[in-house]
Amino acid sequence: MTDDFAVLAKKLRVRRQKTDILHGLNLTIRRGAITGLIGPSGSGKTTLMRAIVGVQVREGTLTVLGKSAGDKSLRPRIGYVTQSPAVYGDLTVLQNLEYFAAMVGVERREAHAAIEHVQLTQQERQLVQSLSGGQRARVSLAVALLGSPDLLVLDEPTVGLDPILRNDLWRLFAELATQGKTLIVSSHVMDEAERCDDVVLLRSGRVLWDGSRTALLKRNNTKSVGDAFVAMIEEAAHVSR
Amino acid sequence: MYHVRASLATARRITRQLSHDKRTVMLMFLAPVLLMGLLRWVFSDTLKVFDSVAPAMLGVFPFVIMFLVTSITTLRERTGGTLERLMATRVGKADIVMGYALAFSLFGVIQSLITSLVAIYVLGMDVMGSLWFVIAIAIADTLLGVALGLLASAFAKTEFQAVQFMPALIFPQIIVCGLFVPLAQLPNTLEVIAYCLPLTYAVDALNRVTEQLNVVPEMWRDVAVVGGFIVVSLVLASLTLRRRTK
Repeated sequence: MTDDFAVLAKKLRVRRQKTDILHGLNLTIRRGAITGLIGPSGSGKTTLMRAIVGVQVREGTLTVLGKSAGDKSLRPRIGYVTQSPAVYGDLTVLQNLEYFAAMVGVERREAHAAIEHVQLTQQERQLVQSLSGGQRARVSLAVALLGSPDLLVLDEPTVGLDPILRNDLWRLFAELATQGKTLIVSSHVMDEAERCDDVVLLRSGRVLWDGSRTALLKRNNTKSVGDAFVAMIEEAAHVSR
Repeated sequence: MYHVRASLATARRITRQLSHDKRTVMLMFLAPVLLMGLLRWVFSDTLKVFDSVAPAMLGVFPFVIMFLVTSITTLRERTGGTLERLMATRVGKADIVMGYALAFSLFGVIQSLITSLVAIYVLGMDVMGSLWFVIAIAIADTLLGVALGLLASAFAKTEFQAVQFMPALIFPQIIVCGLFVPLAQLPNTLEVIAYCLPLTYAVDALNRVTEQLNVVPEMWRDVAVVGGFIVVSLVLASLTLRRRTK
């Protein structure tokens, strides 16, 4: 039963300096799908992602790929791309990928394959600090693809990219999903949710919706996820009144 | 096998990073030589004083420079998110620390060799004992700087703080290590403190090797103490690498 889910959270709570960032969340994320983690900045998206990846101190139950989040055996199975690209600016693209390939424990040729995936072969020998912000973000994404992990957790991977490139990346995500990978992609842009199979709507550390995008639209009788989000916020406000 | 590969890859990566920063490498290798030359110039009329101060400096330079370079590089790794990324792989904390120690020792060895050779053959520093022992101590000092730098970086949040650790942690050791005033002439309490600090032993070993023809037991004691500090600092430093944070 729990094996159908990539992520299963029960009463997941994260506190920082006595304030709750996540207020006891319950949510599930399906395997083999693209799930959009949507919410305004400060809603707890990054914290939730960090918890799933296992680098966040937390309370409550959080099961990822059948194991408790942070379990040692999960490390090679999860690829995580942080918001600011965590790569070495003073190394070339290829040197970055070669290094991380060694750390992940995969063959060196996987480095080239990952660079090809994110379309940076031409910039392979350039120093990362000389690249544009979008290119740097793709280097970081390429690192996460090493070792072809089952679960990819991507924090705002398409911010600041030109529309063509954004399209290409979403196509790559879709391709990965058809290979059976699970993708969790965060964004504060509602449009991006339209590209996802499922959505998790997050606001002020609480889950407004988790599940199918089409079901969300149907339930609220709206055309876009953005409108549905507004409807759900109003509904929540109404209930609490 | 994986862990060896990870350590070597980390060492190689750091070497590559530094090799892209030619100015830092030049400064690392040339600054100690120039300082040594300056010292020799200052003591032009009192070469005996130069002979007594210069060996200690061979230990102080790599110690200070490696402390700085290591603490800042490691801090960047901590704040830039790459450390978190590494900790998400199966790499062991010890692999990363070993990689750092390996890479910076390489730079330290080259630096010590250049400085020692210039000091001895160009500036005429007198060494009675083995040149190899001088270099070995200088390398140990390099490692000590690396180890303390790794450890200090855990307590700094910004590069400004990391740099400030030098006057806070390193300068006191230089002042009481016997370089300015022989240990026996220090006030009693200060003498006890000096014997608790690693640089004191490194400087003592260097002074002895330049004054004595043979390796005496005190030198082995010095090497052992410095080695102990290196091991303890490296172990503590690897404990400060965290997989999970608040």
